[in-house]
Amino acid sequence: MAGHPLRGATAIVGLGITPQGRVYGRTPLGFAVDAIQLALEDAGLGRSDLDGLLLNPGLAWNDLGMGSFQLQQAMGLRDLHLSATMHLGGASACATIQHAAQAIAAGVCHTVACVFSDAPLKPPAPHGERTSSASAYGFARGWEQAYGFFGVNAMYALVARRHMHRYGTTQDHLGAVAVAQRRWANRNPQAQLHAEALTLDDYRRSRWIVEPLHLFDCCLVSNGGLAVIVTGSERARNLRKAPVYIWGMGQGHLGGDPADTLTSGAVLAREPAFRMAGVRVTDLDLAELYDCYTFTVIVSLEDYGFCAKGEGGPFVAEQVTGPGGRLAINTGGGQLSSFYMWGMTPVSEAVIQVRGEGGERQVPKHDLALVSGNGGVFSTHSTLVLSPHVS
Amino acid sequence: MTATARPLPPITPEMAPFWEAARRHELVVQRCRGCGERRFPARDLCNRCLAREADWVPVSGRGTVFSFVVMHQVYHPGFADSVPYAVVVVELEEGARMLSNLVECPVGDVRIDMPVEVVFEQLTPEVTLPKFRPRSRPGS
Repeated sequence: MAGHPLRGATAIVGLGITPQGRVYGRTPLGFAVDAIQLALEDAGLGRSDLDGLLLNPGLAWNDLGMGSFQLQQAMGLRDLHLSATMHLGGASACATIQHAAQAIAAGVCHTVACVFSDAPLKPPAPHGERTSSASAYGFARGWEQAYGFFGVNAMYALVARRHMHRYGTTQDHLGAVAVAQRRWANRNPQAQLHAEALTLDDYRRSRWIVEPLHLFDCCLVSNGGLAVIVTGSERARNLRKAPVYIWGMGQGHLGGDPADTLTSGAVLAREPAFRMAGVRVTDLDLAELYDCYTFTVIVSLEDYGFCAKGEGGPFVAEQVTGPGGRLAINTGGGQLSSFYMWGMTPVSEAVIQVRGEGGERQVPKHDLALVSGNGGVFSTHSTLVLSPHVS
Repeated sequence: MTATARPLPPITPEMAPFWEAARRHELVVQRCRGCGERRFPARDLCNRCLAREADWVPVSGRGTVFSFVVMHQVYHPGFADSVPYAVVVVELEEGARMLSNLVECPVGDVRIDMPVEVVFEQLTPEVTLPKFRPRSRPGS
């Protein structure tokens, strides 16, 4: 069977990660510029080499219209053949890379920057006033606030509770994800929680946010920016870093109520991505799965077929996904323990691992990496399959 | 009583019939004129049959807990004295699902599939909130 024409046709050649976390003094736009500059430098390219720009704006961009145009103007980019502001929540990052790769393969542009940035955290207030990210992500939808229903945490918690009811998923199953990812973060000097150990007992004792979600079931909140540069495979070979070839791409947006299906869009996105890449789930060496919550990882493991539907909890409880386990998942600590750049967090860690730049956390075999993005409470989904090999 | 008032639901034109019915201690949902599906909250388009027309119709107020969460974090000062409290999604006998609170029930006792029935809590002369409480047996 002939390979898919887009398999290995494009590659990620630059990765730029700004300082992450409680970093102040930059606007979201400023973080985006910083990230693109770092990614260009990583690739050995200059801004005049770019002819495409795809922006996923975080919350603090607010309603800044035409974001990618604002960003183009801010950094003086000229003569672009591709520009868009994209918003599929956590599924945006892989989707921007997919659109970049498709446009490059179609010959409409040759080198595209894909970027996410956000700055929801505010500097500590004077006089010891308590500041919290709760206001940024704790929004209410109209009448629901009258019932005290606020924020994304609660929306995911409603789905998690159904999964627990239907499949017998337990609190300790969720905790196993948090512990495994913290162990990875302890090996990642860039992780916000690098220095902090986490045991299952620590997890059980951590405060509730929205039952059944503890503090350590929920992702961090980070200020920062993260960009990748995508170009065609021919051009990729002559740049500073070894190319990370894009083998497979897919999206899946289910519609309907995730509390009914208890699945992510991975059930829809995996097939086109795996078909393009010519791989099966058992071929994958590592997976960077979108982890806004521990629960999201459990659902994603099921939906990609790493285990049967409903078995994600017992699967992670066997402690197979941490360092030394048989399936390397979220090897940088993920959004739970490293930093929260929405879909760019798993993308960036996959690039690091595929390049073999993971240092203490590097997995020995990294020929095929899966990346997932998930947004809108299991409503949007995107998939990438990446490899250091062109074919 | 809480020191700070809780947020009131905005009475939007599309949801006004729901709040008017609640003031009369009546629970209503929308019924699509195209396919008859009961739905909540209000929508101006049926996402099953794409019909634009719908009527507000009374429902029994009986249902079961479809899912629930327990809120521990205070996102609004009006709830500072209430945490932890349960937010439930009730599946009504007629099919629609409704986000609400469960009252007359300790948060530790909330369970999925628990039978519940509507009660009405007047907040202001304009606003009465439908809430739910445990029902001793199905159909009672």
